[in-house]
Amino acid sequence: MKSLTRLLLLLLVIAPLIAQAALEIRITQGVEGAMPVAIVPFDWDGEASEAPEDIAGIIAANLNRTGRFSPADPDDMPQRPHGADEVSYATWRDQGSEYLVVGRLQQTGRDRYSVRFQLLDVASERQLTGYSIPVERDNLRRAAHMVSDIIYERLTGDRGAFDTQVAYVSLTRRDGDLRFALQVADADGHNPKTVFSSSQPIMSPAWSPDGRRLAYVSFENRRSEIYIQDLDGGNRTRVASHEGINSAPAWSPDGRRLALTLSRGGQPDIYVLDLSDQSLNRVTQHRAIDTEPAWMPDGRSIVFTSDRAGQPQLYEVPARGGQAQRLTFEGRYNGGVTISPDGRRLAMVHGSGGRFRIGLLDRDSRLFRTLTDSGMDESPSFAPNGSMIIYATSEGGRGVLAAVSEDGRVHQRLVLEDGEVREPAWSPFLD
Amino acid sequence: MLNIPAWPQALKILVMLVAVAALGACATADRHPAGTPADQWPGATDPDARAPGTLDPDVRTRPLGRDGRPLAEALDDPDSPLSTRVIYFEFDRDTVRSEFVDVIAAHGDYLSRDRDARVRLEGHTDERGTREYNLGLGERRAQSVRRMLMLQGARGEQIQVISYGEEMPAELGSNEEAWERNRRVEIVYEGEQ
Repeated sequence: MKSLTRLLLLLLVIAPLIAQAALEIRITQGVEGAMPVAIVPFDWDGEASEAPEDIAGIIAANLNRTGRFSPADPDDMPQRPHGADEVSYATWRDQGSEYLVVGRLQQTGRDRYSVRFQLLDVASERQLTGYSIPVERDNLRRAAHMVSDIIYERLTGDRGAFDTQVAYVSLTRRDGDLRFALQVADADGHNPKTVFSSSQPIMSPAWSPDGRRLAYVSFENRRSEIYIQDLDGGNRTRVASHEGINSAPAWSPDGRRLALTLSRGGQPDIYVLDLSDQSLNRVTQHRAIDTEPAWMPDGRSIVFTSDRAGQPQLYEVPARGGQAQRLTFEGRYNGGVTISPDGRRLAMVHGSGGRFRIGLLDRDSRLFRTLTDSGMDESPSFAPNGSMIIYATSEGGRGVLAAVSEDGRVHQRLVLEDGEVREPAWSPFLD
Repeated sequence: MLNIPAWPQALKILVMLVAVAALGACATADRHPAGTPADQWPGATDPDARAPGTLDPDVRTRPLGRDGRPLAEALDDPDSPLSTRVIYFEFDRDTVRSEFVDVIAAHGDYLSRDRDARVRLEGHTDERGTREYNLGLGERRAQSVRRMLMLQGARGEQIQVISYGEEMPAELGSNEEAWERNRRVEIVYEGEQ
């Protein structure tokens, strides 16, 4: 059995590589190649007539969004078991699901619940894993994300990133007044909380590697300045307020430095600010616009946008400064890079033919392809496990957030409150 | 759309006129034994209005323009090139279009004559392209205007350059018309906003 699982895992790893060559076709192919699974609606045992959260539905949506799984529609399920002992494996073999998740949500106190689930292998008719998670009402969705992480890791070998968060900027207009808000929500867009709000623009949120702080740009003093804010206590510090532009903060992987864009030298250049002693080191010096720095995972180099060749393209420069190397050559416009956790893939805003889409560059193969198919896609941000990219797009003239699987096969809108949202930044793993 | 009406400034001028009218009135009011209670002076509730007998220092010290009128007045003359406060740009460009050269020259000339005048150049872009790059582009546009103002004799300390990138569109919408109106530098005189 173990070797079969290994083979399946191997296929899972290979399948996206094969799909990459197919380019645009992958979208019309839908989720072919994704693993068929069934997340059976959970049993509910509690006071209310209906369960407070649809745990199975949350798990199915999470798995589906990655493009690696194809969860069965509950209407197509041959039976609805809630424990391994109730499962008739033969019917599931006929139905086609390779793995089953069954479970129960039980109320154990006034505000206390227990989420119990089992992950079952249909072929071997065995349980792969199972947990019972005690949880309070407010954390039921979070428990569903944790269960999703366990299932994802067990079936793919990669760590799940469902129990993470996303920061973004929202914009609401009321009676002609603008309200900008920096918000943090669960990775699926639920439970938004306001971190900071202002009548002046807020831009470019960036997570510290420990997930406890956000750096961002605020115009509250009628000019761009960079702030760092704690997410628990709310302690807030201004870290850059030079003449000209202060923007595009990016934390170094060790969390001790902040790469940023300053134009105090006459034009926007990349600098590195040491957060322990506030010392500033200039990384680029060019009359072009150099901006949008992102650190490579080893912390040794920085990828940034520059229009030094006439149009914005991506370049890589040693974090201590030095010769910059051009990385992108496809299309007129490449900027706003996000780097996969393994450093091998760069996702960016790719502009060509008057459209802005999310592009992905594989550093080893130098293969470039577009992941999205709209015209106003921007601000891509990798999930901490590299499986998905969240980005901002436009729907009916309104800014919304969407996620795309790293192979480009699955696109999903994120459920968010009303108003306009932009500039998502996916958090690191939060433990 | 080229002429952004600066309402606060227009109101200020009105208030100033009212204050001048009050000055004229006070010549007669002074002869009144009882006088007029201060809170009944026209415009007295406005902090910009001044008590009779104290000339508005702005009016006295502001230099005169070529036409002999106070310069500050010229800022609100709809026939003056100074009334144009928004400079528009081509997509992804920061070069000033020829039709705006005279306007910017007029503002530069104004700043060179009134050394107390201060101006903010607010650079903006349309929504296309990344937000951070657009912040750089907005600044570049404002710097282009700044350079031209300084060629006319304006001093660096009179000019503040701010870029908002694409964050503060003048017009919503994802079409050529909106984009055109959002690629701009706004010239904002101190005290106007």
